[in-house]
Amino acid sequence: MTETMHSDDRANAAAVLSVRDLVVEIPTRAGTLRPTDGVSYDIRAGEILGVVGESGAGKSMTGNAVIGLLDPPARIAGGEIRLNGERIDNIPRDRLRRLRGDRIGMIFQDPLTSLNPLLTIGEQLTETILEHLPVSQSEALERAVAALEEVGIPAARARINSYPHEFSGGMRQRVVIALALCAEPDLVIADEPTTALDVSVQAQIIALLKRLCRERGVAVMLVTHDMGVIAEAADRVAVMYAGRLVELGPVREVLTRARHPYTAGLMASTPLASLGHARLKQIPGAMPRLNALPAGCPFHPRCERAGERCRENPPPTLAACEGRAACWFPLTPETEESAA
Amino acid sequence: MTSLISVRGLTRVFDVSKPWLNRVLERLPKSYLTAVSDVSFEVEEKSVYALVGESGSGKSTIGKIVVGLVPPTEGTVEIEGVDLSRETDAAKVDRIRSDVQMIFQDPYASLNPRWRVRDIIAEPVAARGGETAGLAERLLEQVGLSAADASKFPHEFSGGQRQRLCIARALASNPRVIVCDEPTSALDVSVQAQVLNLMSDLRQELGLTYLFISHDLTVVQHMADRIGVLYLGRLVEEAPRDTLFEAPAHPYTQMLFAAAPRMDAFGREVEPPKGEIPDAINPPPGCAFHPRCPLAIERCSVERPEMRTLGETRVACHRAEEAVRRFRAEPATAE
Repeated sequence: MTETMHSDDRANAAAVLSVRDLVVEIPTRAGTLRPTDGVSYDIRAGEILGVVGESGAGKSMTGNAVIGLLDPPARIAGGEIRLNGERIDNIPRDRLRRLRGDRIGMIFQDPLTSLNPLLTIGEQLTETILEHLPVSQSEALERAVAALEEVGIPAARARINSYPHEFSGGMRQRVVIALALCAEPDLVIADEPTTALDVSVQAQIIALLKRLCRERGVAVMLVTHDMGVIAEAADRVAVMYAGRLVELGPVREVLTRARHPYTAGLMASTPLASLGHARLKQIPGAMPRLNALPAGCPFHPRCERAGERCRENPPPTLAACEGRAACWFPLTPETEESAA
Repeated sequence: MTSLISVRGLTRVFDVSKPWLNRVLERLPKSYLTAVSDVSFEVEEKSVYALVGESGSGKSTIGKIVVGLVPPTEGTVEIEGVDLSRETDAAKVDRIRSDVQMIFQDPYASLNPRWRVRDIIAEPVAARGGETAGLAERLLEQVGLSAADASKFPHEFSGGQRQRLCIARALASNPRVIVCDEPTSALDVSVQAQVLNLMSDLRQELGLTYLFISHDLTVVQHMADRIGVLYLGRLVEEAPRDTLFEAPAHPYTQMLFAAAPRMDAFGREVEPPKGEIPDAINPPPGCAFHPRCPLAIERCSVERPEMRTLGETRVACHRAEEAVRRFRAEPATAE
């Protein structure tokens, strides 16, 4: 065990966030549910890792576990989470509280619920800056204005005394991004940051995220269900299904040459311009509920490649097999050619 | 082909004034929001007509007016030549009402949680005193569920299955037109594919006409025969699907296409569109899009462009020719 840990440490020297075999459990009367089961990934500085999956796949649960925001009774039951090499999954709550905001910024789906409606955005920004950085009140205000300017809010100095409701949805999300970045974190977790926004505003927010990530060298975990957003923003992509990481790799590789049958099915079921009116390929059935996971690979009842082995044994997790897809019978370049 | 739905000069204004006491105390004038403004289009029988636009573009309001849930302020909607808001013959109105059905966006909010599936699905027929024996079971099979589901309650179904229930209910009265308001935006991608395929199959089998309302360009491109693009309550462009996607003539349509996330645009670096949709209560003068338009000239801020025909396209833009030329010249940003 110690030996593998050492080699892990060396390989992940540059990883800002390193998650290993993370297991989240929710004890219920009917048994223990595992919304996240054996998930491992790294995010390096300046990199955007996209996490995709359908609703209930455990993508938000994984993000919440990283920032220690799991709602009880959900708890981390195994694995470890390291931020810059330091374990953060077992530290006391008050230290974790400092860490959030200090070194981890968060952007949630609905910008209205992540801002306090009773405080001006200036008050919220300066409060966060004063809490996390050793600066004076006036300097904090200057930094707040600079942060708003950086996220592209016009007339930032004039608008700093406005309340959240005086901003449009897109502007509010910019304020949330400014708030997440004002304490200069190393890691930003963006959970469906553009889902509530219109297409044109979404494009603005994605461009902003990409620019800030590159300029500041922030590691970003971008959780979304939208493959298009992933394709444009992410460097690498992690695909989740029923609480497990099923595929992880560079975004272009995963989206154009999927190895896991679920990823391939997901891509084929997305309407594309080239298809015209042709029928969409569909994955039969729906994702199993957590309390009724099938034995073996959780995807096997919907998988056309499933064999005897899939029904009996779950495939090894990605970390263990060092492959790209957690699958007994992954798609390979050869199968692609024969299919084409 | 004859047109089944014909919308002419449709306008809907909502009164969004504060309560009268506030108005008196704060000396505020009445304020009005024009959700739909002078929209005209025709939907051919057995075709899919899609309305696309961002939030506040009035697409849902048009859908509601077409099914008769909201009366128009001005203009007419004729279905099979009958104008629901003016027709006095009750029998005719009743026939049209059962010919036009609607599927809503949120399958959780549009099914009564206290009713059994059988009653939900048969309601459009039962409400008119029709024969409902075995109807729900037959429709359930038709939408890919099982007849045994008829005695269940909505909470026993997943989101995709609920949307199938909504489709079954919409089919109950044997309609000719179904207005679908964002039917798949609440669904996951793989489930969305199942529902879209089901809708295509039903269209083939039953000869249905869809008025398809969506903000998702990929879904619209997949489903529609003809597409109307709305901006701030006005139809800015309308064209057959392929024409629209190959040569969008309105700068707003071009902006929408450029902004939509694409699965093959890895790490794309494009200048994102400028600005946001303006306030619908005080829209900009002239062309509502001119403050965000890269091609805007003096005239655009003064004179509102009328709808005109440009090949197969109908477009409301002073600079449509220039827009098409620029789009063709810069396929890099367009594609």
